Amino acid sequence: MSTLLVLLLLLPAAGIAALYLAPAELAARIGAAVGAAVLVLSLVLLPLFDYGHAGRMQGQLKLSWVPTIGLDFQLGIDGISLPLLLLTTLLAAICLFYAQRTTTADDKGRTFTALLLLLTIGMVGTFLAENLLLFFIFFEIVLIPMWALIHEWGSGKDNGADARRAANKFILYTLLGSALMLLGFIVIYSHAHTFDMVTLAQRPGFGLTTGVQATAFLLVGLGFAIKTPMWPLHTWLPDAHTAAPTTGSVLLAGVLLKMGTYGFIRIGIGLLPLGAHRFALALAAFGVVGIVYGALACIAQLRRGGDLKRLIAYSSVGHMGFVLLGLGSMTRVGIDGALFASVAHGLITGLLFFLAGGVKERLGTTDLYAIGRGLYGRARRYGVLVAFAAMASLGLPGLAGFWGELYVLIGAYKPAPGLNVLGFHILMGVAGLGMVLTAAYLLMLVRRICMAPPQGADGPSESSESGDADEVSETDQENEADEVRESSPSVPSSAASGSTTTGSAAIGSPIPAFADLTPRELISWLPLGALILAAGLWPAIILAVADPAVHALFGGVR
Amino acid sequence: MFAASAFGSAAIDYVALLPVILVALGALGILVADLFLSDERKPLLNWAACAVLVAALAAELGLWFSRTRQARTTFCVPVPGHLNLTSGLCSYSVDSLSLTLQTVAIGGTILVVLMSSRLRQQHSGHSVFGEYHFLILCSLTGALVMVAARDFITMTVALETLSLPAFALVGFGRLAGGEAALKFFLMSVTSTAVMLFGISLVYGVTGSVYFNGINAALSNGGPRMPVLAVGIVLSLVGFAFKVSAVPFHFWIPEVYEGAPLPVAAYLSVVSKTAGFAGLILSIEIAFSSYLSSVATLIAVLAALTMTVGNVVALRQSSVVRLLAWSSIGQAGYVLVPLAVTSVLHSSEAIGASVGYLVLYAVMNLGAFATVNLLAVNEGSAHNLADYRGLYRTRPRVALPLGFFLLCLAGLPPGLMGLFAKVAVIRAVVDGGPLWLAVIVAVNIVIGLFYYLRWIGLLFAPSTTLASSPAGAPIRWTRTPLALRLAVLLPFLGAIVFSVYPDPALWLAL
Repeated sequence: MSTLLVLLLLLPAAGIAALYLAPAELAARIGAAVGAAVLVLSLVLLPLFDYGHAGRMQGQLKLSWVPTIGLDFQLGIDGISLPLLLLTTLLAAICLFYAQRTTTADDKGRTFTALLLLLTIGMVGTFLAENLLLFFIFFEIVLIPMWALIHEWGSGKDNGADARRAANKFILYTLLGSALMLLGFIVIYSHAHTFDMVTLAQRPGFGLTTGVQATAFLLVGLGFAIKTPMWPLHTWLPDAHTAAPTTGSVLLAGVLLKMGTYGFIRIGIGLLPLGAHRFALALAAFGVVGIVYGALACIAQLRRGGDLKRLIAYSSVGHMGFVLLGLGSMTRVGIDGALFASVAHGLITGLLFFLAGGVKERLGTTDLYAIGRGLYGRARRYGVLVAFAAMASLGLPGLAGFWGELYVLIGAYKPAPGLNVLGFHILMGVAGLGMVLTAAYLLMLVRRICMAPPQGADGPSESSESGDADEVSETDQENEADEVRESSPSVPSSAASGSTTTGSAAIGSPIPAFADLTPRELISWLPLGALILAAGLWPAIILAVADPAVHALFGGVR
Repeated sequence: MFAASAFGSAAIDYVALLPVILVALGALGILVADLFLSDERKPLLNWAACAVLVAALAAELGLWFSRTRQARTTFCVPVPGHLNLTSGLCSYSVDSLSLTLQTVAIGGTILVVLMSSRLRQQHSGHSVFGEYHFLILCSLTGALVMVAARDFITMTVALETLSLPAFALVGFGRLAGGEAALKFFLMSVTSTAVMLFGISLVYGVTGSVYFNGINAALSNGGPRMPVLAVGIVLSLVGFAFKVSAVPFHFWIPEVYEGAPLPVAAYLSVVSKTAGFAGLILSIEIAFSSYLSSVATLIAVLAALTMTVGNVVALRQSSVVRLLAWSSIGQAGYVLVPLAVTSVLHSSEAIGASVGYLVLYAVMNLGAFATVNLLAVNEGSAHNLADYRGLYRTRPRVALPLGFFLLCLAGLPPGLMGLFAKVAVIRAVVDGGPLWLAVIVAVNIVIGLFYYLRWIGLLFAPSTTLASSPAGAPIRWTRTPLALRLAVLLPFLGAIVFSVYPDPALWLAL
C-alpha cells in the first residue's frame, strides 16, 4: 500500500513532465487524464484499507532524506486522512476535467494545467505526510501554484490589479502562518528530538511539558488558524476567492482550508494535547465569532448588492467556525463533527463555487444583482442545483451539512473535562444563533437568484416596486440594527434595472440568456451532489473510518 | 615533502598549502602571460584562470579525501609553558571548516571568472583580462588563507590580501567605478584599523594572538577587564564590515552598483565567506569563554541585519541594488546561528552557518550570473521593469533566475533555500533566544515579497515586447559559452542541493 501512496505523488509529477513533452494543445486532455488516474488510484486504496484498525497508521513508508535536519520521506494514511485524501483527489479530478473547456490550447494553458497538477501534489502530500518537516514542505508547495493561478488567471478590477493584490495578500499572509508553524515544529523538535509524527503520537504530548506544548501550540495554531481561516485572521480569504478562477476557488475552498483543520486535528490536538487544552476555549470562541461574522457579512452582501463568490467565501468562514468549535470542545464527538464538517464543506462549497463559476462563464459577472432572478424559470436544472447546494450549506437534515453541525454542537454541550462548561454552553447558544443567520442568508440567496418575485407585475415600475416590497418585507424579518435598508437595495436595482426587473417580469423585456446545465457540467457536478446526499443520509461512510482514528487520537488524554 | 627550518624544527606542510600556492602562482603566471599575448588572444586568459582554479579545486578535493582525524596544520610554534594546550599553536589549519569554505571560495571564483568573459575596460575598450584575473586570483589567495588562518595576525594579513585587490577590481566598473572604489577603500581601511586596535588590546590582556592561545588564556578564569570587552568588540568590527552586518553595511549598495557585476558577485559571496570564517573562528574558538555575552551582541546584529536588508530591499527598483540589499538580508540569516549562548551548541551553530553559506553561495552566484548574462547580451538589465515577460523571450534564462529567486526566498520548489533556513532556525531554537527565531520567520515573509515581485515580473505577459531594446530575441547558442556555464553550473547545483543537501549541511551533523 505504501507504493500506492508514493504513486499518488509521482503520478501528477509524471503528468507535469508529460505536459511539457507533448504539444500544448493536448495539455488539458493530459491533465484531465492524470486527474482521473489519480482519483482511480485513490479509490483503489478503499479495498486495501484495514477498516478494523482505522486508528492505526497504514501504508507506512519511511525513507531517510536529509538526516542533518531530521527530514525523512515518511508517508502514511489512517482514518482521519483517508476521507480528506479522497476529497482532494475527487475535487482535483473534477477540476482538471472541468478545466478542459476553458483552458486555452497554448503555452499559457499548459502552464495552467501544470499548476493544477503541482497543486495536487502539494495537497495530496500534506494529507499523506507523517514527518513534520515533510508536512511543512508539502504545505508550502501549494502556495506558489495557487498564487500564480490567482495572479495570472484571476479576475478583478483595474485590468486584473485587484487579482494581483489578492494573490499577494494570500501568499504573504499564508506564508507568515507557515513560517510560524515551522517555528512551532522546530520547538517540538528541540525538545523531542524527532520530527516523526507517528512516534510523537505514541504517547500523548510525547512527554513535553505543558509550557513547551503551549508555546508550540500557539505557534503552530497561528499558522493553521490563518489557513483555516479563523476570524480575525481571515481577511485574505474573501479577496482571494473573489479574484481566483473557478478551479482555483474550488480547490482553495475545498481542499486548502481543510489543510488547516487537518493540521489542527493531527498536529495541534494529536501531538500537543496539553497545549490544545489550554487554548481550546479561545479557539472555540474565535470560531463562533467567525460563524456569526460570516453570516452577517453574507447578509450584507445580499442586501447591498455584492458578489456571489464573495458571499460563498464568507460562508466558508462561517462553516470553518463550526469546525473550530468542534475542535475546541476536545471531545471525540466534537472532533468527529469537525472532521465530518470539513469533508462536507469541501463537497458543498466546491459545488457552490462551481455553480458560481458557471454563472460567471455565462454572464461574465457574479454580481448578485446582475445575475437576475427567477433561475427556476430560466434554467431549471441549474436553479435546482443552486437550491440544493444552498440547502446543504445551511445544514438541512438529510444532506451532508447537517451531521457536522449536529456533532459539533453535541460536543460543545459536553466539552472535555477541565474546560469551562458554561463558556462552551454560551458558545453553543451563539452558534445556534449563527445557524439561524446562516439559514437566513442562504434562503435570501435562493430567493434572489432562483425565485421570481410575486406575480401581478404589469410593467417595469410595478416590478421595481414589488422588488422594493420584497426588500422591505425581508427587512421586517431580520434583526440587525445597523443598516439602512430602504434606499440601498433600490439604488442598485434601478441601476441594474435591465436585469432585475426584466428577470422578474416575463413580459417581453430582454432577459439575460442563461443556458441550462451542459453535459460536461452535469458530469462534473453530479458526483458532488450525489456524495452530499449520500453523506447526509448515511454519515457512516465518513465516520466509520474517522471515528476509530479520532478515538486513537485521544488514546492517553481521556 | 620539503622541510624548511624557517619555523625552528617544524617543517612547512606544503601539501596543506597546495591550493593557496597554486592560486598564487597562477596569478603571477597570468600576469606574465598577459605581457606576451596579443589582444585577440587575450580571452584565452579567461580559460587559463579557470584552469588554475580547477587545479586548485582538485588540490582541495585531494585534501578532502586524504583528511584524517587530526587536521593538517602548518606554520606552528612551540607552545609556551604557562598555557596548557592539547593542540599546538598553529597559524594555518586545514580542518573541516577550512576545507568546506575554501571549496566554496574556489568554486565561487570559478563562477565569477566565467561571468567575466565579456568585460571591457571603461575608457580604452581594451580587454581587461590580464590585470583583472591577476587581481581576482590574488584576492582569492587572501580569502583562502583567511579561511584557514588560526591566529589574528595571519587573519589580518589575509584580510588585507583579500581587500586590496578588491579595491582595484571595483574600479573596473563602467559608470561610477572609481568613486565606488574610493568609498570601499576608505571604509575598509578604517574598519581594518579599528580591528587591529582591538586585536592589540586582546593581545595585551591574553598574551597571545593565536585563537587557541587566547581561548586558553581566557578560560583560565582571569579577571574580567573592561579593556578586554572593548578589545573583543573592536576585533570583530573588521569581520562585521566584510560580512555587511548592520551598521557596517553602508558601503554595499554603492560599491555593488559601481563595480562590474562579476566583481559584485565576488564581493557578495567569496569576500563574505572569508569574513564569516573570521567571525565564526573568533566567536566560537577565540572568545568562546565569553560566548554568552558575545551572543547577545550577535543576536542584535543578526536581527538588525536581516530586517534592515529585507525591508530596504522592498523599495528597490534597480536590480543590482535589490540584490545588494537582499545579500545583506541573507548575511543576517548566516549570523543567526552564531547567537547561541552555550558552548554545547557551538558545533551545531557553526554547522548551520557554514551550511547556509554554502547554499547561499550557489543561489546568489546563480542570480548574479543570470543578471550578468542579460546585461551583457541585451545591455539593459538594470531595472526590474526590464525583466517583465522574460519567460516569453528568454525562457532558458528566466527559468534558472526564477528558481534561484525561489531558493533565496526559501519556498518550494526551491527546496535548497528552505533546508538552509530550517538548519538556521533549528540552531537558534536549540541554543539561542526564541525571539530571534520569530524575527527570522517574519523576515522570511518580508523577503518573499520582493522576490515574488521579481518572479511575477518574469512570468507576466510582456507588454514591452514590441519595444524591447534587443528587438528579436537573441538565440541562446550565440551567448558566449562561459556566460552560459556560469548560469548552468549553479542551476545544476541548486537542483542537486534541493534534493540532496547533505554535502552542504554535513558540518551541522
